[in-house]
Formats: sequence, structure tokens, C-alpha cells
Amino acid sequence: MNKFQLKDVNLWYNDFHALKDINMDIKAKEITAFIGPSGCGKSTLIKSLNRMNDLIDGCKITGDFLLDGENIYGNLDINALRKRVGMVFQKPNPFPMSVFDNVAYAPRVHGIKSKFKLNEIVEKSLRDAAIWDELKDRLKKSAISLSGGQQQRLCIARALAAEPDVLLMDEPTSALDPISTAKIEELVIKLKKKYTIVIVTHNMQQAVRISDTTGFFLLGELIEYNNTEQLFSMPTDKRCEDYITGRFG
Amino acid sequence: MKTREHVAKLIFMFCALTAVAALFVIIFFIFSRGMPAIFEVGIGGFLSGRVWRPLQGEFGIFTFIFTSLVTTIVAFIVGSRIGLWCAIYLAMFCPRKIYRPLKTMVELLGGIPSVLYGFFGVVVIVPFIRNAFGGPGNSMLAAMIILSIMILPTIINLSEAAIRAVPSFYYEGALALGATKTEAVFDVVVPAAKSGVNASYILGVGRAIGETMAVIMVIGNSPHMPESVLSPARTMTAAIALEMSYATGLHQNMLFAIGVVLFTIVIVLNLILTIRRH
Repeated sequence: MNKFQLKDVNLWYNDFHALKDINMDIKAKEITAFIGPSGCGKSTLIKSLNRMNDLIDGCKITGDFLLDGENIYGNLDINALRKRVGMVFQKPNPFPMSVFDNVAYAPRVHGIKSKFKLNEIVEKSLRDAAIWDELKDRLKKSAISLSGGQQQRLCIARALAAEPDVLLMDEPTSALDPISTAKIEELVIKLKKKYTIVIVTHNMQQAVRISDTTGFFLLGELIEYNNTEQLFSMPTDKRCEDYITGRFG
Repeated sequence: MKTREHVAKLIFMFCALTAVAALFVIIFFIFSRGMPAIFEVGIGGFLSGRVWRPLQGEFGIFTFIFTSLVTTIVAFIVGSRIGLWCAIYLAMFCPRKIYRPLKTMVELLGGIPSVLYGFFGVVVIVPFIRNAFGGPGNSMLAAMIILSIMILPTIINLSEAAIRAVPSFYYEGALALGATKTEAVFDVVVPAAKSGVNASYILGVGRAIGETMAVIMVIGNSPHMPESVLSPARTMTAAIALEMSYATGLHQNMLFAIGVVLFTIVIVLNLILTIRRH
């Protein structure tokens, strides 16, 4: 089952051709990793999947982005799209408000007012993000006071509270220590039972550890896209082989 | 070389001390003339008395304090709303093409001498009030309107800077959860800019309560308790400025005493600002 189908995707930032003829299917309830050196377009592509690139002046996109067969750059309401396709950023970005209000933010924005329902969603999201036990007594505390790893898991909980189908993660562990990274990786693997996950990572070991499918990007092109095990053990493209064996990047 | 460094340091220090010295000299003269006068008249009668008849020796300034506070509070309520929303527009919604001209005009508004604001009040606002609501036109309402315009540049510029200083990842984080632009701005960005916005409010209040010239020109300057916002009234600053040129003896010292009250209010505002910042 494909969650996303990308057909002939091209993207420009003004004159800079950032993504070139990308064709790929992203499978539902799997973890898909995007790897490649800085500036290869992997972050640009993940930000196109929930239309965060719309915020950038001079960004032009052509091609089809089908989410469950529906073009996300068509008539689909952008706020509804972002509710369905959640995102976790590179730097943990909890809002400067309480833990509870952070997690309750998306449900509130999407119209849920009942205190009872909100309590339920907050607890469920924090449990799903494996941080309920740590935070259940600190729901009223400011989210800013948490450690970096806790903040990032809180941000995952916040994204889950919107009840998305897809979770986009843009280098979610690059600002974290190894222990927090391990916790997040464990969590991500658990989450794929319910969610389709796309993760951008600089860390090739991370891609090997957690992803089912990996795409290797270089200079805006999708060079190789395959089952993670195969891509790392038997890359077919020379440039991909050079990158994963550490010859550049 | 060492001596040159030393001399440079001394010159800088001297300049810094000049500013500090000016502050203390001003405080000293206001308080050294004002405080004895307050005790001579009696602090209770001075602050709560409603009759100001300096030639008969009656020095109650409650009316002036009341007028200053009420005009400032109303001007603040109106000016802070308009100012904050204008700042939000400039920082978050304004198309790039019209940002420059808008911003330049806001800055220009801040550079207009207050006597010209007073002019505008005399020519436009006072006749408007007279025609629309009756009464003399010179009134507390006129002062409130003028002051709410005068504090706009302070509030807009500082609030805009505070909103721009909010890291973009808050805004993007809210959008990524499906919030609309307006929701993201009002739920997340503006609350994150709260301390800077509050600072702009306090500076705006300081400007409003201290404004003299524009207020004198439109408020009518009656020393009696105003019956409504359409009545003429007199603020503390107006009282000082109007009578300083001819007052002598205790009367003159009582004007310094008003200065003590004004100064205390401004100091308290600044203290609140400093405490909030840290």
C-alpha cells in the first residue's frame, strides 16, 4: 500500500533547481529514510510533503504529490493536510507554554473544546510517545524546562495529538545526545505500527537501524531508492556506494 | 600607548558619569524643593485635596493626579490595542512591498514634535469633539485621543521588534500542526513575545503620563474636577508647565512637589519594567 506517490516532482528556489524529476512511492506503515550529503534536497523534499515549503518566497513546485491518491497541491485544504501529515523538526520546538497546552494545541485548533476529551487525547499522545510516565506529574510545568530529549519526545506527542496518518521527521535526533537518540529511535520503530513515517537523517547507522526503505539523494536527484538492507549491502549506483562507505559527504 | 588607552578610558567614563550625574542632580533639585513643601502643606491634604487655589494657599492635587491617570489609562487601552495589532501586521502579515513605506511612516510619527501633535489636536480633534458631542471641545477626551496616537510609535516599534525576535520555529511548529496563520500568530508567536510587548506598553504609558505640550494645547486646563470626559481638566504635567513661569515661594515649591509625585509614578513604572525583564 502506497501512502504517497510522487510523480515527476521538480522544485525550484527562484533559479536554483533543488529537486529534479523525483519519482517515488512511500509505503504506508513503514519507515522511509532519506539520506544524502547536505544540500542534496532531502530536507526540501520532506518539507514538500506537508507543504511547509509554501512559506518560502520564490519556491516553485511542479509534478504530482499524491497522498492516498489525492494531489496535496490540488484542492486539498492546507490545514487539513498538515493535520494528516504531522512533522517533527530538527531542533525540538515546544511552544513556551505548559506540557499539557503543547500537546492539546492541535486538538484545540481543530475544534475540540471538551476538557474531558482533551485530557484523554493528551494522555494517549504522551503514552504513544513513551513519555507519559516522565511527564504525568509535570503537565502544568513549562515545556521549555524539559531536557532536549524530553522536548523532542514531547514534540512527537504534540504531533501525534493531531491524529495524523503520516509523521515527517526532519533529522529529529541531530540535536540530541546518544541516549535520547536511542529512545527516539525505539519510539519511532514502535510508531510505525500505526503511522507512516518519513525520516531525514544524516546518520547512516540510524537509517540502517530503523528504516525499511531508504532513498539516497545527491544534488537534487533521487539516485537510489530501495529496501534499506539491499541499499546498504549492495548499492547499485557508484555514487551511492561512495557515500555509504564514507568516501564523501 | 598605555597613557592613550588610559586617557580614552577616562573620557568614556566621564561621559557615562555625566549622564548619571544629570539624573541625580534632577532628582536632588526636585526632591529638595518638593519634599519640604509637601510636609509644610501636609501629605494627606496634598494628595487627596481637590481644590487647587495656590494664591489662597490651597494645594490639593487629587484632581491633577486623577486626570493624569485616567487620560493615560484610556490612551493606553486604545493605543496598546491598535499599536500591538499594527506591530503584528508589520511583523507577520505585511507584504514586503509596502513594509518599507509603512515602517518609515510609523517611525516618522514617532519623530513629530509634540507641539505639532497639539496643533493637530487644536485644529482637528477639538472642533470635532465640539461639533459631535457639544461642550467646549477642549477636554479630557481630546487629550485621550492625542495621547493614544502619540504612544503608537513606541508601542509599534518595540512590539514589532519583540515579535520579530521570536524564533521562526515556533511559528512553523504551529503551522505544521494544522493551525492557520492567524492562529499560529495569536496562539504562539505573540505570547512568546510577551515580555517585549509588555516593555513597549510600559514605555508607552511613561510617554503618555509625561506628555505636556500636546496635552496643554487640547485639554482645556481647568483645575476643577472634570464632570465627564467632555469637560476640560488639567494633568500634573500641565499644572507644572502652566504655572512655573509666574509662581513664587511656596506656590513654586508646590509645583516641584507635583514633580515629585510624577517622578515617583514614572520610577515605579520603570522598576516594573526592569523587574519584568530579568
